[in-house]
Amino acid sequence: MTSWPDLIFEKLREFGIRHVAYVPDAGLARLIELCQAADDMEPTVLTTEEEGIGILAGAWLGGERGALLMQSSGVGNCINALSLAKVCGFPLLMIVTMRGEWGEMNPWQIPMGQITGKTLQLAGVIVYEVTKPEAAAPTVEAAARICFNGGLAVAILLSQRMLGTKLFKD
Amino acid sequence: MEEENKLPRRAAIAQILAERQDTLVVTGLGSPTYDCAAVGDHPLNFYLWGAMGSAVTVGLGLALAQPKRRVLVVTGDGEMLMGLGALATVAMKGPNNLSILVIDNEHYGETGMQQTHTSAGVDLAGIALRCGFPQSVTVRQQADRSYTWPRVQLSLY
Repeated sequence: MTSWPDLIFEKLREFGIRHVAYVPDAGLARLIELCQAADDMEPTVLTTEEEGIGILAGAWLGGERGALLMQSSGVGNCINALSLAKVCGFPLLMIVTMRGEWGEMNPWQIPMGQITGKTLQLAGVIVYEVTKPEAAAPTVEAAARICFNGGLAVAILLSQRMLGTKLFKD
Repeated sequence: MEEENKLPRRAAIAQILAERQDTLVVTGLGSPTYDCAAVGDHPLNFYLWGAMGSAVTVGLGLALAQPKRRVLVVTGDGEMLMGLGALATVAMKGPNNLSILVIDNEHYGETGMQQTHTSAGVDLAGIALRCGFPQSVTVRQQADRSYTWPRVQLSLY
Protein backbone atom coordinates (compact mmCIF):
# COMPACT_ATOMS: atom_id res chain seq x y z
CA MET A 1 0.00 0.00 0.00
CA THR A 2 1.33 3.43 -0.90
CA SER A 3 2.04 5.57 2.14
CA TRP A 4 0.06 8.72 2.89
CA PRO A 5 2.98 11.12 2.18
CA ASP A 6 3.34 9.62 -1.31
CA LEU A 7 -0.40 9.95 -1.90
CA ILE A 8 -0.42 13.57 -0.69
CA PHE A 9 2.54 14.28 -2.96
CA GLU A 10 0.58 12.96 -5.94
CA LYS A 11 -2.31 15.26 -5.04
CA LEU A 12 0.03 18.26 -4.85
CA ARG A 13 1.20 17.33 -8.34
CA GLU A 14 -2.35 16.95 -9.63
CA PHE A 15 -3.16 20.46 -8.44
CA GLY A 16 -0.12 21.94 -10.14
CA ILE A 17 1.59 22.94 -6.92
CA ARG A 18 5.12 24.06 -7.63
CA HIS A 19 6.20 26.05 -4.60
CA VAL A 20 6.56 24.05 -1.42
CA ALA A 21 7.59 26.21 1.53
CA TYR A 22 8.32 24.37 4.73
CA VAL A 23 9.76 24.26 8.20
CA PRO A 24 10.59 20.59 8.73
CA ASP A 25 8.79 18.24 11.05
CA ALA A 26 9.50 14.55 11.54
CA GLY A 27 6.00 13.77 10.33
CA LEU A 28 6.62 15.71 7.11
CA ALA A 29 10.06 14.25 6.37
CA ARG A 30 8.95 11.87 3.62
CA LEU A 31 6.72 14.44 1.90
CA ILE A 32 9.52 17.02 1.97
CA GLU A 33 11.95 14.48 0.47
CA LEU A 34 9.52 13.75 -2.36
CA CYS A 35 9.09 17.46 -3.09
CA GLN A 36 12.86 18.00 -3.02
CA ALA A 37 13.37 15.17 -5.48
CA ALA A 38 10.76 16.51 -7.93
CA ASP A 39 12.28 18.46 -10.82
CA ASP A 40 9.10 20.44 -11.33
CA MET A 41 8.83 21.63 -7.73
CA GLU A 42 10.50 24.55 -5.98
CA PRO A 43 10.99 23.62 -2.32
CA THR A 44 12.04 26.39 0.05
CA VAL A 45 13.12 25.83 3.63
CA LEU A 46 12.09 28.73 5.88
CA THR A 47 13.59 30.23 9.01
CA THR A 48 10.06 30.77 10.34
CA GLU A 49 6.70 29.61 9.04
CA GLU A 50 5.29 33.05 8.29
CA GLU A 51 7.86 33.46 5.53
CA GLY A 52 5.94 30.80 3.64
CA ILE A 53 2.80 32.91 3.54
CA GLY A 54 4.71 35.72 1.87
CA ILE A 55 6.46 33.39 -0.57
CA LEU A 56 3.21 31.71 -1.61
CA ALA A 57 1.53 35.11 -2.00
CA GLY A 58 4.37 36.21 -4.27
CA ALA A 59 4.25 32.97 -6.22
CA TRP A 60 0.49 33.41 -6.72
CA LEU A 61 1.07 36.98 -7.94
CA GLY A 62 3.54 35.43 -10.36
CA GLY A 63 0.92 32.95 -11.58
CA GLU A 64 1.94 29.83 -9.67
CA ARG A 65 0.54 27.66 -6.89
CA GLY A 66 2.15 26.53 -3.69
CA ALA A 67 1.67 24.85 -0.35
CA LEU A 68 3.04 25.53 3.13
CA LEU A 69 4.13 22.56 5.24
CA MET A 70 4.71 22.98 8.96
CA GLN A 71 4.29 21.58 12.44
CA SER A 72 1.43 22.85 14.62
CA SER A 73 3.84 24.93 16.71
CA GLY A 74 4.53 26.99 13.59
CA VAL A 75 0.89 27.98 13.17
CA GLY A 76 1.29 30.48 15.98
CA ASN A 77 4.10 32.15 14.05
CA CYS A 78 1.78 32.75 11.09
CA ILE A 79 -1.17 34.60 12.57
CA ASN A 80 -0.49 38.18 11.53
CA ALA A 81 0.93 37.11 8.17
CA LEU A 82 -2.36 35.33 7.43
CA SER A 83 -3.88 38.78 6.92
CA LEU A 84 -1.93 38.94 3.65
CA ALA A 85 -3.83 36.00 2.19
CA LYS A 86 -7.15 37.14 3.65
CA VAL A 87 -7.04 40.81 2.64
CA CYS A 88 -5.83 40.05 -0.87
CA GLY A 89 -8.02 36.97 -1.42
CA PHE A 90 -5.05 34.75 -2.19
CA PRO A 91 -5.41 30.98 -1.93
CA LEU A 92 -3.27 29.48 0.81
CA LEU A 93 -2.93 25.72 1.23
CA MET A 94 -1.35 24.59 4.49
CA ILE A 95 -0.50 21.07 5.61
CA VAL A 96 0.11 20.92 9.35
CA THR A 97 1.46 17.96 11.30
CA MET A 98 0.14 18.01 14.84
CA ARG A 99 2.04 17.95 18.11
CA GLY A 100 0.65 18.48 21.58
CA GLU A 101 -2.68 17.06 20.59
CA TRP A 102 -2.81 13.32 21.32
CA GLY A 103 -0.57 11.46 23.75
CA GLU A 104 2.12 14.14 23.60
CA MET A 105 5.23 13.58 25.70
CA ASN A 106 6.66 17.10 25.44
CA PRO A 107 4.72 19.57 27.62
CA TRP A 108 6.02 22.52 25.60
CA GLN A 109 4.10 21.30 22.56
CA ILE A 110 0.74 21.09 24.29
CA PRO A 111 -0.31 24.77 24.60
CA MET A 112 -0.03 25.44 20.84
CA GLY A 113 -1.19 21.97 19.86
CA GLN A 114 -4.41 22.37 21.83
CA ILE A 115 -5.35 25.63 20.10
CA THR A 116 -4.00 25.08 16.58
CA GLY A 117 -7.32 24.41 14.87
CA LYS A 118 -9.27 27.03 16.81
CA THR A 119 -6.57 29.64 16.20
CA LEU A 120 -6.62 29.01 12.47
CA GLN A 121 -10.41 29.20 12.41
CA LEU A 122 -10.37 32.48 14.32
CA ALA A 123 -7.98 33.80 11.69
CA GLY A 124 -10.48 32.89 8.97
CA VAL A 125 -8.84 29.68 7.81
CA ILE A 126 -10.94 26.64 6.84
CA VAL A 127 -9.68 23.65 8.84
CA TYR A 128 -9.82 19.95 8.04
CA GLU A 129 -8.65 17.41 10.56
CA VAL A 130 -7.30 14.05 9.42
CA THR A 131 -7.06 11.22 11.93
CA LYS A 132 -6.59 8.26 9.57
CA PRO A 133 -3.85 7.81 6.96
CA GLU A 134 -6.28 6.73 4.25
CA ALA A 135 -8.16 10.02 4.63
CA ALA A 136 -5.08 12.20 4.14
CA ALA A 137 -4.88 12.40 0.34
CA PRO A 138 -8.66 12.73 -0.24
CA THR A 139 -8.71 15.55 2.32
CA VAL A 140 -5.83 17.32 0.60
CA GLU A 141 -7.75 17.03 -2.67
CA ALA A 142 -10.94 18.48 -1.17
CA ALA A 143 -8.99 21.23 0.58
CA ALA A 144 -7.02 22.16 -2.53
CA ARG A 145 -10.24 22.50 -4.54
CA ILE A 146 -11.78 24.85 -2.02
CA CYS A 147 -8.51 26.71 -1.64
CA PHE A 148 -7.76 27.37 -5.29
CA ASN A 149 -11.32 27.65 -6.57
CA GLY A 150 -12.45 29.87 -3.72
CA GLY A 151 -9.32 31.94 -3.19
CA LEU A 152 -9.32 30.90 0.46
CA ALA A 153 -6.91 29.86 3.18
CA VAL A 154 -7.31 26.19 4.04
CA ALA A 155 -5.37 24.07 6.53
CA ILE A 156 -5.20 20.29 6.77
CA LEU A 157 -4.25 19.14 10.24
CA LEU A 158 -2.67 15.68 10.30
CA SER A 159 -3.42 14.27 13.75
CA GLN A 160 -0.97 12.48 16.02
CA ARG A 161 -3.56 9.70 15.93
CA MET A 162 -2.36 8.90 12.42
CA LEU A 163 1.24 10.12 12.69
CA GLY A 164 1.95 8.24 15.87
CA THR A 165 3.19 9.81 19.06
CA LYS A 166 6.87 10.45 19.51
CA LEU A 167 8.24 8.96 22.73
CA PHE A 168 11.57 9.25 24.45
CA LYS A 169 13.42 5.97 24.20
CA ASP A 170 16.73 4.73 25.57
CA MET B 1 24.49 57.30 13.03
CA GLU B 2 28.06 56.95 11.88
CA GLU B 3 27.86 59.29 8.96
CA GLU B 4 25.56 62.13 8.17
CA ASN B 5 23.03 61.08 5.60
CA LYS B 6 21.38 63.52 3.30
CA LEU B 7 19.25 61.50 0.96
CA PRO B 8 15.73 62.73 0.25
CA ARG B 9 13.69 59.55 0.13
CA ARG B 10 10.93 60.60 -2.24
CA ALA B 11 13.40 61.94 -4.77
CA ALA B 12 15.62 58.87 -4.42
CA ILE B 13 12.71 56.47 -4.93
CA ALA B 14 11.42 58.50 -7.86
CA GLN B 15 14.86 58.34 -9.45
CA ILE B 16 15.15 54.59 -8.91
CA LEU B 17 11.63 53.81 -10.18
CA ALA B 18 12.10 56.04 -13.22
CA GLU B 19 14.46 53.37 -14.49
CA ARG B 20 12.27 50.40 -13.56
CA GLN B 21 11.09 49.48 -17.07
CA ASP B 22 9.04 46.30 -16.50
CA THR B 23 10.37 45.55 -13.03
CA LEU B 24 7.83 44.06 -10.62
CA VAL B 25 7.82 46.17 -7.44
CA VAL B 26 6.73 44.96 -3.99
CA THR B 27 6.55 47.56 -1.22
CA GLY B 28 6.65 47.09 2.55
CA LEU B 29 4.10 48.64 4.84
CA GLY B 30 4.44 52.23 5.97
CA SER B 31 6.34 54.98 4.30
CA PRO B 32 8.01 52.88 1.57
CA THR B 33 4.55 52.03 0.24
CA TYR B 34 3.66 55.73 0.26
CA ASP B 35 7.00 56.63 -1.33
CA CYS B 36 6.39 54.27 -4.24
CA ALA B 37 2.75 55.23 -4.66
CA ALA B 38 3.76 58.90 -4.63
CA VAL B 39 5.85 58.32 -7.73
CA GLY B 40 2.61 57.32 -9.47
CA ASP B 41 0.62 54.11 -9.35
CA HIS B 42 1.79 51.35 -11.64
CA PRO B 43 0.14 48.07 -12.69
CA LEU B 44 3.31 46.18 -11.71
CA ASN B 45 3.32 47.51 -8.13
CA PHE B 46 2.12 45.37 -5.23
CA TYR B 47 1.75 47.35 -2.02
CA LEU B 48 1.76 45.74 1.41
CA TRP B 49 0.05 47.71 4.14
CA GLY B 50 0.30 45.04 6.79
CA ALA B 51 1.70 41.54 7.38
CA MET B 52 4.79 43.30 8.68
CA GLY B 53 7.99 41.47 7.78
CA SER B 54 6.55 39.91 4.63
CA ALA B 55 7.74 42.27 1.89
CA VAL B 56 10.94 40.37 1.15
CA THR B 57 9.23 36.97 1.13
CA VAL B 58 6.51 38.20 -1.25
CA GLY B 59 9.30 39.46 -3.49
CA LEU B 60 11.08 36.12 -3.23
CA GLY B 61 7.98 34.14 -4.22
CA LEU B 62 7.39 36.45 -7.15
CA ALA B 63 11.03 36.24 -8.25
CA LEU B 64 10.93 32.42 -8.13
CA ALA B 65 7.67 32.29 -10.08
CA GLN B 66 8.81 34.86 -12.66
CA PRO B 67 12.51 34.15 -13.14
CA LYS B 68 12.71 36.20 -16.32
CA ARG B 69 11.36 39.36 -14.71
CA ARG B 70 13.22 41.68 -12.37
CA VAL B 71 11.67 42.06 -8.93
CA LEU B 72 12.40 44.97 -6.61
CA VAL B 73 11.34 44.99 -2.97
CA VAL B 74 11.19 48.47 -1.42
CA THR B 75 10.81 48.42 2.33
CA GLY B 76 11.92 50.16 5.52
CA ASP B 77 14.31 49.25 8.29
CA GLY B 78 11.54 48.40 10.77
CA GLU B 79 9.79 46.08 8.33
CA MET B 80 13.08 44.48 7.31
CA LEU B 81 14.11 43.93 10.94
CA MET B 82 10.86 42.06 11.62
CA GLY B 83 11.68 39.59 8.87
CA LEU B 84 15.48 39.33 9.07
CA GLY B 85 15.32 35.56 8.62
CA ALA B 86 13.96 36.19 5.14
CA LEU B 87 17.41 37.45 4.12
CA ALA B 88 18.79 34.01 4.98
CA THR B 89 15.99 32.33 3.04
CA VAL B 90 16.59 34.56 0.00
CA ALA B 91 20.32 33.89 0.15
CA MET B 92 19.69 30.16 0.28
CA LYS B 93 17.47 30.30 -2.82
CA GLY B 94 19.77 32.75 -4.57
CA PRO B 95 17.41 34.21 -7.20
CA ASN B 96 19.40 36.44 -9.54
CA ASN B 97 16.37 38.59 -10.41
CA LEU B 98 15.56 39.92 -6.94
CA SER B 99 16.75 43.22 -5.50
CA ILE B 100 15.96 44.53 -2.04
CA LEU B 101 15.99 48.22 -1.28
CA VAL B 102 15.70 49.21 2.37
CA ILE B 103 14.98 52.84 3.11
CA ASP B 104 16.70 52.98 6.45
CA ASN B 105 15.84 56.07 8.49
CA GLU B 106 16.67 54.29 11.75
CA HIS B 107 13.16 54.90 13.02
CA TYR B 108 9.64 53.47 13.02
CA GLY B 109 8.11 56.22 10.93
CA GLU B 110 4.44 55.24 11.29
CA THR B 111 4.29 55.01 15.05
CA GLY B 112 5.96 58.16 16.33
CA MET B 113 9.54 57.94 15.08
CA GLN B 114 10.80 55.58 17.76
CA GLN B 115 14.35 54.41 17.12
CA THR B 116 14.99 51.06 15.44
CA HIS B 117 17.96 48.77 15.94
CA THR B 118 19.79 50.28 12.99
CA SER B 119 20.08 53.52 14.99
CA ALA B 120 22.34 51.55 17.34
CA GLY B 121 24.49 50.32 14.48
CA VAL B 122 22.80 47.13 13.35
CA ASP B 123 24.02 46.90 9.78
CA LEU B 124 21.38 45.50 7.42
CA ALA B 125 23.69 45.50 4.41
CA GLY B 126 26.29 43.66 6.46
CA ILE B 127 23.73 41.07 7.55
CA ALA B 128 22.70 40.49 3.94
CA LEU B 129 26.34 40.06 2.94
CA ARG B 130 26.99 37.58 5.72
CA CYS B 131 23.87 35.68 4.73
CA GLY B 132 25.49 35.24 1.35
CA PHE B 133 24.15 38.02 -0.86
CA PRO B 134 26.75 38.57 -3.59
CA GLN B 135 26.31 42.33 -3.25
CA SER B 136 24.92 44.54 -0.54
CA VAL B 137 25.80 48.18 -0.01
CA THR B 138 24.63 51.14 2.03
CA VAL B 139 24.14 54.28 0.00
CA ARG B 140 24.32 57.72 1.60
CA GLN B 141 23.93 60.34 -1.07
CA GLN B 142 24.40 64.01 -0.59
CA ALA B 143 21.45 65.99 -1.84
CA ASP B 144 20.91 69.68 -2.12
CA ARG B 145 18.35 69.95 0.66
CA SER B 146 18.18 71.91 3.85
CA TYR B 147 17.09 68.86 5.84
CA THR B 148 18.86 65.60 6.41
CA TRP B 149 17.45 62.37 5.22
CA PRO B 150 18.50 58.88 6.04
CA ARG B 151 20.64 56.41 4.28
CA VAL B 152 19.24 54.04 1.78
CA GLN B 153 20.42 50.50 1.96
CA LEU B 154 20.41 49.15 -1.51
CA SER B 155 20.95 45.43 -1.43
CA LEU B 156 21.41 44.13 -4.92
CA TYR B 157 21.24 40.58 -6.04
